[in-house]
Amino acid sequence: MEEIVVGRLADIPDGDYRIFAVDELEVGIFRTGSKVLAYENVCPHAGGPVCQGKIFNKVEEVITPDKKSAGLRFGKARHIVCPWHGYEYDLLTGCHPGDPSLRLMPVKVAVRDGQIYVSVPE
Amino acid sequence: MLTKTPRNGKNGKRSLRISELPKISTATDTREILAHAAKEARRDNYFIVDVDAHVTETAFWPDVIDRMDSDVYKQMARAFKERGPAPGLLNTTPGLLFQDVFGRIPHQQRLGETVPGGRTHRQVTLVQRAMDSLGIDYMVVFPTPMLVLGMHPQAEVEVVIGNAFNKWLTEDVLPQEPRMKAMLYLPFNHPEACVKAVEAYADNPSVIGFSVTSTRFRAVHHDSYMPLYSAIQATGKPLAFHSGFHWGDQSMQQCNRFISMHSISFVYYNIIHLTNWIINGLPERFPKLRVIWIESGLAWLPFLMQRLDSEYMMRSSEAPLLKRRPSEYIRDMYFSSQPLERSNLELTEATFKAIKAETQLLFASDWPHWDFDLPNSITTLPFLDEEAKRNILGFNAARLFNLEIPEHKTLKAKPKKAPAVREPVTA
Repeated sequence: MEEIVVGRLADIPDGDYRIFAVDELEVGIFRTGSKVLAYENVCPHAGGPVCQGKIFNKVEEVITPDKKSAGLRFGKARHIVCPWHGYEYDLLTGCHPGDPSLRLMPVKVAVRDGQIYVSVPE
Repeated sequence: MLTKTPRNGKNGKRSLRISELPKISTATDTREILAHAAKEARRDNYFIVDVDAHVTETAFWPDVIDRMDSDVYKQMARAFKERGPAPGLLNTTPGLLFQDVFGRIPHQQRLGETVPGGRTHRQVTLVQRAMDSLGIDYMVVFPTPMLVLGMHPQAEVEVVIGNAFNKWLTEDVLPQEPRMKAMLYLPFNHPEACVKAVEAYADNPSVIGFSVTSTRFRAVHHDSYMPLYSAIQATGKPLAFHSGFHWGDQSMQQCNRFISMHSISFVYYNIIHLTNWIINGLPERFPKLRVIWIESGLAWLPFLMQRLDSEYMMRSSEAPLLKRRPSEYIRDMYFSSQPLERSNLELTEATFKAIKAETQLLFASDWPHWDFDLPNSITTLPFLDEEAKRNILGFNAARLFNLEIPEHKTLKAKPKKAPAVREPVTA
């Protein structure tokens, strides 16, 4: 693998993300708290540009002790949503909330001296 | 996915091109949204007919209104427009704005990209961008909010709007792009007006068929429709039933989530119409009329074929015009592929066999709607051979609609490379 600098971490505010093409490899770089995550920009559903979509917090349904619905709320987990068809993936795990076997392809990423390095096959 | 490049940079290092990609919004160019599809299209080079895509007629509503025959309804429509963005008179269905999953799918929300000025109609440019990105040779376009116009309480309004839309489409849009085709809107709540529409457009080369929007409470076997079916049969062009949804339908009001209503509604209306069509012997009355069922997916068909066969064998006296089992008539019909159910490929394969997909199935994208399918919905199916894929993607439709196939995409042509390198698409 070869490490390629794609940009500066300071250019991605906390909670934000950017998408880069390194030749044919497209990578989404997500900054969330102290973590920097990277995934291939290919939705495992139909090949859509998943990392170019929007981030939404996971929608949860609140159930009361007597099993009634108390409505919907946004949870803490953050999802990247494929703009083609709306497939959602947990940013930390890369997994679809209803089928963990459907997951984004992670890309090795590192931050050194404020620079973001992405590993690409040589 | 990575393409290795020569080591031609400094110090023996290869030189890699690094660029930034945009976040996709309602302002993003269709070609950017579909850039991944365009890569597949360049690789595969199939002949593709998309039998169901959509224009957004409400984005050009003043132009449609201008085409209305009646000054009174024209004034009514303009009066609605002056009160706000809602297209006058259209009586848009409850739930229509839920489709983009509340902002998650921008292209469903709006194609707000810029297009060059000039003589090319904006709708034509949008369609051309999608066709070129998806590798589509012909695209058959239907309206969008008008898919539920059949629920309008005033039959005469359906006639006025339907006729105006047909004029706008055939006079302003289709003449600019011969690859765009239409199955014209029939104001089905008014049978006589439908016959007039068929007569008016029977010889228009851009009109390759006629369509009924299925979302309505009308019995397709009613005697008032027999002149219409005769007229369509005489044209040699097919009749399509394009399904849709309506959350105002009392049955659908039991569903508290859009996903529930949408999943059922698109199938529900075509189940009813196809059942009436078969049981009342319309295939026997109009043996040369070819019928297409659009945008209900396919999974409902094995269910309905078996259910109708089972009951018919016990109650054939109630369907005296039938000379065969209901499923045999269904196998002679045509179906569009989208939204293709494929979360269980064994069931998908069985469905394809049941409906004779190799000759009867027609690829459809439904672009630009949120649940659109790409050509890879067909090319990645592991149980189809190359000939079946090519038939479904384009050749079945070319035969049905008598479309010219470009020389370099005829049956003898081979793909540049083997398709379907990715795992089968699951949905």
